[in-house]
Amino acid sequence: MPNDLAPLGCGQAPVLKQRGQHEVFCGLTSIIWLHRKMQDAFFLVVGSRTCAHLLQSAAGVMIFAEPRFATAILEETDLAGMADAHVELERNVSELLSRRPDVKRLFLVGSCPSEVIKIDLATMAKKLSEKYAPHVNVINFSGSGIETTFTQGEDACLEAVIRDLETSDKTQLAVLGALPDVVQDQMLRLLTQMGIADVMVLPQVTSDTHSVVGPNTHFICAQPFLGASYDEMVRRGAQPISAPFPFGAQGTTAWLAAIADRFDVPQSTFDAVIAAPKARAEQAIAKVAETLSGRSIFFFPDSQLEIPLARFLANECGMVLTEVGSPYIHRALVGHDLDALADHVVISEGQDVDKQLDRVFDCKPDLTVCGLGLANPLEAEGLSTKWAIELVFSPIHFYEQAADLASLFARPLMRSDLLRVGDVA
Amino acid sequence: MKLSVWTYEGPPHVGAIRVATGMKKVHLVLHAPQGDTYADLLFTMIERRNHRPPVTYTTFQARDLGSDTATLFKTACLDAYNRFKPDLLLVGASCTAELIQDDPGGLAEALGLPIPVVALELPSYQRKENFGADETFYQIVRRLAVPVERSENITCNLIGPTALGFRHRDDIVELTKLLDDLGIDVNVCAPMGATPADIAHLGRAHFNVLMYPETGELACRHLERHLDQPFTKTVPIGVGATADFIREIGTIIGKPDLAPSEQSRLPWYSASVDSTYLTGKRVFLFGDGTHVMTAARIARDEIGFDVVGLGCFNREMARPLRSFAKSMGLEALITEDYLEVEKTIAELSPELILGTQMERHIGKRLGIPCAVISAPVHVQDFPARYSPQMGPEGANVIFDTWVHPLVMGLEEHLLTMFRDDFEFSDSAGPSHHAAHTPNQSVNPTAAVHQQSAEIIWLQDAESELRKIPFFVRGKARRNTEKYAADKGFAEISIDTLYEAKAHYAR
Repeated sequence: MPNDLAPLGCGQAPVLKQRGQHEVFCGLTSIIWLHRKMQDAFFLVVGSRTCAHLLQSAAGVMIFAEPRFATAILEETDLAGMADAHVELERNVSELLSRRPDVKRLFLVGSCPSEVIKIDLATMAKKLSEKYAPHVNVINFSGSGIETTFTQGEDACLEAVIRDLETSDKTQLAVLGALPDVVQDQMLRLLTQMGIADVMVLPQVTSDTHSVVGPNTHFICAQPFLGASYDEMVRRGAQPISAPFPFGAQGTTAWLAAIADRFDVPQSTFDAVIAAPKARAEQAIAKVAETLSGRSIFFFPDSQLEIPLARFLANECGMVLTEVGSPYIHRALVGHDLDALADHVVISEGQDVDKQLDRVFDCKPDLTVCGLGLANPLEAEGLSTKWAIELVFSPIHFYEQAADLASLFARPLMRSDLLRVGDVA
Repeated sequence: MKLSVWTYEGPPHVGAIRVATGMKKVHLVLHAPQGDTYADLLFTMIERRNHRPPVTYTTFQARDLGSDTATLFKTACLDAYNRFKPDLLLVGASCTAELIQDDPGGLAEALGLPIPVVALELPSYQRKENFGADETFYQIVRRLAVPVERSENITCNLIGPTALGFRHRDDIVELTKLLDDLGIDVNVCAPMGATPADIAHLGRAHFNVLMYPETGELACRHLERHLDQPFTKTVPIGVGATADFIREIGTIIGKPDLAPSEQSRLPWYSASVDSTYLTGKRVFLFGDGTHVMTAARIARDEIGFDVVGLGCFNREMARPLRSFAKSMGLEALITEDYLEVEKTIAELSPELILGTQMERHIGKRLGIPCAVISAPVHVQDFPARYSPQMGPEGANVIFDTWVHPLVMGLEEHLLTMFRDDFEFSDSAGPSHHAAHTPNQSVNPTAAVHQQSAEIIWLQDAESELRKIPFFVRGKARRNTEKYAADKGFAEISIDTLYEAKAHYAR
C-alpha cells in the first residue's frame, strides 16, 4: 500500500493517508450506545451471524436487560432467492413488534451482506412505516463496514433522523450527537443560563418531542464524527456553527462562545455563566495534568474523536503529540482543532495497521490510544495503552467532565508507575 | 431470515481464527470488510492473549466492490507472507466476501508461495463457529499429516483444544499429567500449541485423545481412516467419565488394568454429610452438547442433583443429546434461541442453572444461581488459577464451582425456620455470595400469574406462599393454580395450597 503524502493545507501538517488493514469496528457498533440513548427505538440489523456476533462482542455481552437491538440473520434461502427478502423481513418485523409493543421508532440497519446483495431497506422502511403508522415510524440507515467506521454509524442514523424531520421556520439551536444524560443536562443548563431556551438535541430520547428543522435552525455538532448529519442539516437549510469541540476548559469555552456569538448573547452574560464552571474545570485539569505533562501520546484511528482530544491533551494538559490517527478527517468539523495542533505532529487518515504498529514501536510513546484488539498485545510489548472505546462510552464533554477526561489518560500511566510485577511480556 | 437477540456461536470464520490463533507459525488471510477485525478482541480481551491473532483482514470497502477486490486479496496475501513468514497459510472469506465470490483459494494458489496454502470453505449462511474450527483443523490435518513411523513408547495426540476454548488451557495440562501417570506420553497437542511441522508428525502417536468433539472430530475420523489411529470416544469430565476414559485407553493399547495413582476428592466431598443438602436440587443444563452431557452425568450420578431439563445450542450434537436426554427421561431442548432457553428455565424454575455466559444472564434476571460449564464464556471464565474441567482435578474444580452458588447446608434450614428475619431472608440469597442476590424486580412467574387471573389467591394463602423458599415458589404457585383449575376451584385458600402440595408430592 503506498503512503502518499497529500498536503491538507491545514495546520501546515501533511496528512499521511493509509490504505490497508483497518483495525476498527464497523458502524453497527454505534447501536451499542444509540439503543440506550433512544428509549422508544429498536434497532433491527439486517445482516449475518457475524453482525450479531460483533454486536454482542462489542457490548461485551454485558447488557443484562433485553437489548433494544436484534439481528435478522440472513440464511442460505435468503441468498439463493428462494425466500423473498421483503416478505421475510416483514415477518421478522411483525414478530418483533408484537413482542415489543413499546417500540415507536424502528431502525432497519443495513450491513455489509445486505448491501452487497442489495436488499432495498429504504423502500422496505417506507412500506413498513405506512403499514404500522401512526404507532411505529420505520427508518433506514446503513452501519455496514464497507461504508462506515465505528462512530459513523451514529452519523448515518442521525442523518436518517434529520431527513425525516418536518420543515419549520422556527428559530432554534440544534445540538447534534448522542451525549450521556448527565452531560446533556449540564449543557442545557449552561445554554439556558445564557438565555438560549429553544434547544433541540438530536438524537431525541423519545420520538414524542416534536422536532423540526429549517432555515432558522442554527446547529452545532457536539461530536466530531457527524459529517453526513452536518451535510444533511445544511441541505435542510440549517445554518452551521463552527467551533472546536467541547473537550476541556478551552474547548468548552470556545464551543459555547461560538453559540453565544450566533445568538447575540451579551459578553457579560456569557462571562458570568461560564466563570465558575470554567474555573473549576481549569483547577481540576491542572491536578491531572501533573501526571500527563511532558508525556508523549500516539493515537491509532478509532472514533474520529482523536483530533479534538489531541488538541485538549496537548494544549490543556501538556502532553506531547507524536502521531494522531483518525479513520476520516472532516475538515468542516475538526478544522479548528486541527489548526490548534503543532505542525510537527503526524496526522494520519485511514489505516494500514501493520505499518502503523511499526511506527508506534519506533516512536515508543508513553501512552498509546488504540482499540481493544491491539491494547493487550501492545501492553505485552511494554507500551501503556488507553482503550479508545471507553472514550465514546464515558461522559467526557464540557467543563464538569474535563478532569475526568484527562484522568482517563492519566490512569494507565499512573498504573504502570504503580505496578511492581516484573516483566509481563 | 432468523430473528436473533444473542447468539451462542459466532460465524464459521471465527472458528477458523480460533484454530489459527491456537497454533504457531500459521497465518490466516481473511477476505473481509472493515469491522470484521472485532474478532481480534475476543482473543486479546476475553482470553487476555498478549499477541494479536495471526490474521490479516483484507478490509475491502464499498468503493472496491466495483473494481478489483481480487487484487486487494492477493496483495494482502503477499504482504502477510513477507511480514509474518508463516510455515502454513490459511485463506478464507467471511460472510460478505463469500458473496462477492473472489475465490481466495485460487488467488492464493496462483501466488506460488513456497509454503503450503490451505483454502477454507466456510459457509457463513449455513454453519457456525464450531463447524468452522472443526473444518479448519480437519483441512490442515488432511493437507499436512502423512504416514510416519509410530513412536517406540506408547504415545497419543491430544486433539481439539483451540484458542478461546472453555478451560482448554488447563485441560491440556491435566490430561497430559493423567496420561503421564498412566505411562503414556503426549506426541502432539493440536491445534493449541502445534506448528505445521507438528501436524506432519501426528502419525507417530498410537492413538488420539479426542478432547472436544465439537472442534476435533473431523480430524480424528480422518486420522483413523488414513493413519489407522483409533481415537477415544469418552470425554473425561467427571469421576465416572474419567474412569471410563482410562478403561477405553486400556482397551486401545491392550492394557486393561491401567490405573491412575491420583484420585479426585469429589467422591468423598459428595459422600460427606455436609453434601446431603445437595440431594435432589433441581438443575437445568444448557451449553455445547459435549459439556452438557458430561455435566448431566456428574449432576445426577456424582452430586445427586435432580436434572430437570437439558439442551444444547449446536445442532451437530442434537442426535446424541436427544438420546442421552431420553435415557434420563427428559426431552432435550435443541435451540440457539436465547429467549426460548430463558422461557424454558422460567417454566422449570430450577434451583441451579449449569450453562454458558448467556444462562448466567438468564439466572441474574430470574434470580436463579448459575455456574458456567460451557462456551460461550466471558473474561471471568478465563481464571488466573489452574482450573481444568477434565481429569481428577477437573472433578474437584467442578464440585467447588457448582456448589459455591448454592445456599449451604444449615443455612437453608435456618432460612426456612426464620423466614421473617429482615436481614437473614431468602430473598437476600446465599449469605456468602452477594453476586447471586436474586433480582426482585424480575418475577419469572409474573406472566403465569396473570394468565390465571380468573383463579383468586386469598390473602392468607398468598402470604403462606411467600413463606416458601423463593427458588421453588414459582413452581408451587403454578402447581397450586393447576390443581385448583383441575378441581374447578375459583379461589385458592391455605388448604388448597397444602392439598396441592400433597397432590404433587413424590
